[in-house]
Amino acid sequence: MDGQRKTGTTAGDENGARSLAGTSLAGTVLAGTGVSPGAGYGPAHVLAGEIPEPDKEARHDGDAAAERARAERAVEEVAADLEARGARAGGEAEEVLGAQALMARDPSLAVEVGELIERGVAAPRAVFDAFGKYRDLLAAAGGYLAERVADLDDIRDRVIAVLTGLPMPGVPASAAEPFVLVAKDLAPADTALLSKDVVAAFVTEQGGPTSHTAILARSMGVPAVVGCAGATAIAPGTPVLVDGASGQVLLAPDPARVAEARAAEEARRAVLSAATGPGATADGHPVPLLANIGGPRDLESALANGAEGVGLYRTEFLFLDRETAPSGSEQEEAYRAVFEAFPEGRVVVRTLDSGADKPLAFLPPPEEEPNPALGERGLRMFRRYPEIMTAQLGALARAATGVSAKVQVMAPMVATVEEAEWFADACRTAGLDGAGIMIEVPSAALRAVDLIRAVDFFSIGTNDLTQYALAADRQVSAVAGLQDPWHPAVLDLIAMAASAASAAGKGCGVCGEAAADPVLACVLVGMGVTSLSMGAPALPWVRAALSRHTLAQCRDAAAAARSATSAQAAKAAARAELPGLEALAF
Amino acid sequence: MAERTVSVASEVGLHARPAATFVQTAAKAPYDVTIAKAGGSPVSAKSILSVLALDVRQGESIVIRAEGDGAEELLDELAQIASAS
Repeated sequence: MDGQRKTGTTAGDENGARSLAGTSLAGTVLAGTGVSPGAGYGPAHVLAGEIPEPDKEARHDGDAAAERARAERAVEEVAADLEARGARAGGEAEEVLGAQALMARDPSLAVEVGELIERGVAAPRAVFDAFGKYRDLLAAAGGYLAERVADLDDIRDRVIAVLTGLPMPGVPASAAEPFVLVAKDLAPADTALLSKDVVAAFVTEQGGPTSHTAILARSMGVPAVVGCAGATAIAPGTPVLVDGASGQVLLAPDPARVAEARAAEEARRAVLSAATGPGATADGHPVPLLANIGGPRDLESALANGAEGVGLYRTEFLFLDRETAPSGSEQEEAYRAVFEAFPEGRVVVRTLDSGADKPLAFLPPPEEEPNPALGERGLRMFRRYPEIMTAQLGALARAATGVSAKVQVMAPMVATVEEAEWFADACRTAGLDGAGIMIEVPSAALRAVDLIRAVDFFSIGTNDLTQYALAADRQVSAVAGLQDPWHPAVLDLIAMAASAASAAGKGCGVCGEAAADPVLACVLVGMGVTSLSMGAPALPWVRAALSRHTLAQCRDAAAAARSATSAQAAKAAARAELPGLEALAF
Repeated sequence: MAERTVSVASEVGLHARPAATFVQTAAKAPYDVTIAKAGGSPVSAKSILSVLALDVRQGESIVIRAEGDGAEELLDELAQIASAS
């Protein structure tokens, strides 16, 4: 990927933008995987293609002074834009973008660019080569510096885009009307500034149900289709109608079709708002519906969507991007804010989940890990740094004192009975009552009968459980097709964990992305899962889906899904048993 | 020519926020300011990329040099940034 980066699609892109942009495109349908339900309509904003490496031999017309001035203006334009975007975003993004602006304005870089232009090199190539020198230096240093290479490449590509008239990489933060964001895939940096007011829907060529795009879309409550082949060939500006449930992407639909989709969307919203109160099946079997949160700032959305508590409080957000661990009192304060928001409910806190894939400056992994997903992460990290665990459990116990919420603590990445016992002991020592573990590693699901004896509850992390069961790295898009919790092997593992917990009279929740899929949510309940936790915007959908089916129907759907031999067949078989989904347009 | 040798105290070394503050401070001077690792060759202290590429870690010593009006005060300020933990 050296020297290549996403940017706006230009005419004549290799996928044949022209053919789709022609008059015959009206009614063209592209198909992908719907990962965030709802209908979205707006002009396509295509973020794809790549900034090509400028021609090695390109020379300017001989006026070096003018070419230098042109390069300087381009650099300043990019730096000022980065600063302005940082100021709009505020917080951490402001610091990151400010640092990028500082790099863009680096005087040594300007000298290098100037010298190359004096030797006759055209500005785009001079910029490319001057950045290349620092890029190599940083890449060679490894670690933190190597991560800055992506920042540097982004600046370089922006400057080259200005110089060559190519569309600027990145997503506009404002628009006259909400657009449909179309991309090969989206990185967190692309989406830092996005809001529901700007994006009508997401469509990406790559990615699966647990990709960054899918998670972001669901958390924003914006329709999304991923894995949509040919999407980046859509001509910029083409009106696009996106169905985030069926996965259909309709180009230049006729107005009647758009009106129909909007009416269906309204009807769906009406069904959604009809289901209120605590989660339960149609025959009254209670299924607490909880929210996944990253900190106190997510509470508003959780409460607005009727969460009955928190099923997954990811505490690593307190620890990320820091040079030292947060103090006990700072942790205590953040935890208490969440506990106090649910005086009647349950709050399940996941202890720090870090590792080589989510490194922390103050918890360096002991060695380079070729497979971070299989390395020292989650609870394994606590074995190396027990003082961090003791401090966190202590802060949780203090924060839980005197609040009425039912506080429970769970550890991620538990593989063995011995680990489960070690963690449960540590919780008891800290004075915490409810100690549980996440079921993410297949060994834990396979021997759930043994592990449940050591703890008070299970919570299944379906994203990691799927990745480990199918041996498909969540970060590798080539194997994204395997990252599907509908796979019967994953359903079997979930059923094993749920039935072990149920036999022991203990709870087994699901807090992965699977719980946010209204169809799969019914299947999970049918397999004996006792609570569902998800990004808050999915709560109304899941509440509505459950309220329209009996526990017996959910069990039939689970049995049908587990009898299938593929993820697709499992989903189809489950749907056939769940007639109430039709009103929700699933 | 004024000169200071200081040990970098920040846990992240002279990277991230400390490096940005250091470079922005050096950039205020109208004259050259250099930074080198002990025994290494000097680079411009006004260049964030050069400073980052030095890869100064916590506990390592740096030599900063400048010559001109107020150079002593500037170096004191830079030394303070580098030695802050």
